[in-house]
Amino acid sequence: MADPAIRLEGVTRDFGAVRAVDDLSLEVPAGIVFGFLGPNGSGKTTTIRLLLGLLEPTKGRAQVMGLDCVRQSEEIRTKSGALLEHTGLYERMTAHDNLEYYARIWQLPDSDRKARVRELLTDAGLWDRRKDIVQGWSRGMKQKLAIARVLIHRPSMIFLDEPTAGLDPVAAAELREHLAELATREGATIFLTTHNLSEAERLCSQVAVIRKGKLLAAGKPETLRAGDGGAKAEVIGTGFSDVLLDAMRARPEVASIQASDGRLLIDLNGEASLAPLVSLMVKAGADIEEVCRVRASLEEAFMTLMEEGE
Amino acid sequence: MMRDVLTVMWKEWRDMPILRGGLKGGIVGQVIFIGILGVFLPYTTGREFVTSGMTVFIAAWGPFVMTMSLSADAFAGERERHTLESLLASRLSDRAIMFGKIGTIVCYAWGLTILMLLLGLATVNIVHGHGKLLMYPTAIAIGSPLIALLISTLLSSLGVIVSLKAATVRQAAQTLSLIFVLVILVPMLGMVLPKAWIARLWNWVGRVGLSGVIATVVGVLFILDVVVLAIAAAKFKRSRLILE
Repeated sequence: MADPAIRLEGVTRDFGAVRAVDDLSLEVPAGIVFGFLGPNGSGKTTTIRLLLGLLEPTKGRAQVMGLDCVRQSEEIRTKSGALLEHTGLYERMTAHDNLEYYARIWQLPDSDRKARVRELLTDAGLWDRRKDIVQGWSRGMKQKLAIARVLIHRPSMIFLDEPTAGLDPVAAAELREHLAELATREGATIFLTTHNLSEAERLCSQVAVIRKGKLLAAGKPETLRAGDGGAKAEVIGTGFSDVLLDAMRARPEVASIQASDGRLLIDLNGEASLAPLVSLMVKAGADIEEVCRVRASLEEAFMTLMEEGE
Repeated sequence: MMRDVLTVMWKEWRDMPILRGGLKGGIVGQVIFIGILGVFLPYTTGREFVTSGMTVFIAAWGPFVMTMSLSADAFAGERERHTLESLLASRLSDRAIMFGKIGTIVCYAWGLTILMLLLGLATVNIVHGHGKLLMYPTAIAIGSPLIALLISTLLSSLGVIVSLKAATVRQAAQTLSLIFVLVILVPMLGMVLPKAWIARLWNWVGRVGLSGVIATVVGVLFILDVVVLAIAAAKFKRSRLILE
């Protein structure tokens, strides 16, 4: 099995009396988009800073691409690209010069530098605006330019700290699309922090949930969703008598039933089949209009984890 | 390391001309400053401008004024404009960032000071030369550029130390201007120092001459530069910059 791109082993980081990251252990496989989810102040940004070697852990050990985050932080930064809390753009400089600066920082050869800057500005739809001073740009345009800057040296590890924060829905959707394309094209590992769960659901093949510095859950989004009480089914119709509901509650497929105004919400045990339940309802004289399985969203799973963590 | 220092300098030059009130405003301000010290002062002073210690004064004063606002902007400005963290997350070493920024400020302030000294020499020769070529004495010709270089380095290194603690460019500039005020107060020491000390000082100046005074100033500035630069390098650390 390939080495993970990121490995955290019991990492703790204190700021005085405040514990920002608490005994965090996590592995992120290489080549995927990994979502690091949590509410504001949960320790997401501190974790990125620890992984980039900008901060040292109080306890524990962290590795990125097999490199130690304390002793080999310079090598990690050389192989990584990071878009942190702010875009970090030089607003008094042109878009082209912003990319040119970072291309020089990563010592791209002259010929490659020009081609790479052009390629990234074109991909971001900013080539025609390359000579503009960045200052007057919209937040969405700045964010696209900042992502282009992150990619300038073709990093194998990319850290994105809330890349769509503060963007309007249209700009956020555009940026998400852009990120999804990048993930496929560049083939890098992307470590993305967000508190936007639909964003994580769309982009990430694995996620972890953190709260008050502690890891609450980690895995594939579908695994986390399944963890939120298993499958559910919704039945719409009439004639759901108390006798019928009691009979259904006695069935092994059913964990619980909530009935309200011609609608039943059934919590199923595992991935139980709905057919015997439908048959039972029909036999009992219920008039059924619609039966559908309800998938729990990542948001519901996340909210459940937050409540459990209280 | 040298390539990284030059990369930081490349960016600093690009970011500098529009520093205060745009390209035109910046150039006009510099032209007025250079005009006063490099043309007007030698024009009104005459031949003595070349032979007296006035050039040493320009060599010290010029970089002093030019370095302060630049060093406040170069370091505290990165934090205020939220560009520092992205820079620290890059492959650049702490030293490359620091020396790149100091190098730019020193080159700028030193270059303009040399320009002022050359302009002063040209002005005196044109207006007061009467067909004879006037040149700076050797001590001034060597000492003035050295003093300008050492003062630029000293102040930009102080700028690093001050900027580490300053949240904004304004705060850094205010702290650095306190140093400016302290330097202005130095000549006033003459009024409070015992007369015997003053007499002994003049005695020493008379004994060693202008070249001796310049050599002493260069020596003291060199030691100060080494000490302050070492402190700045020790304090300019990623983990510290992230937390400050």
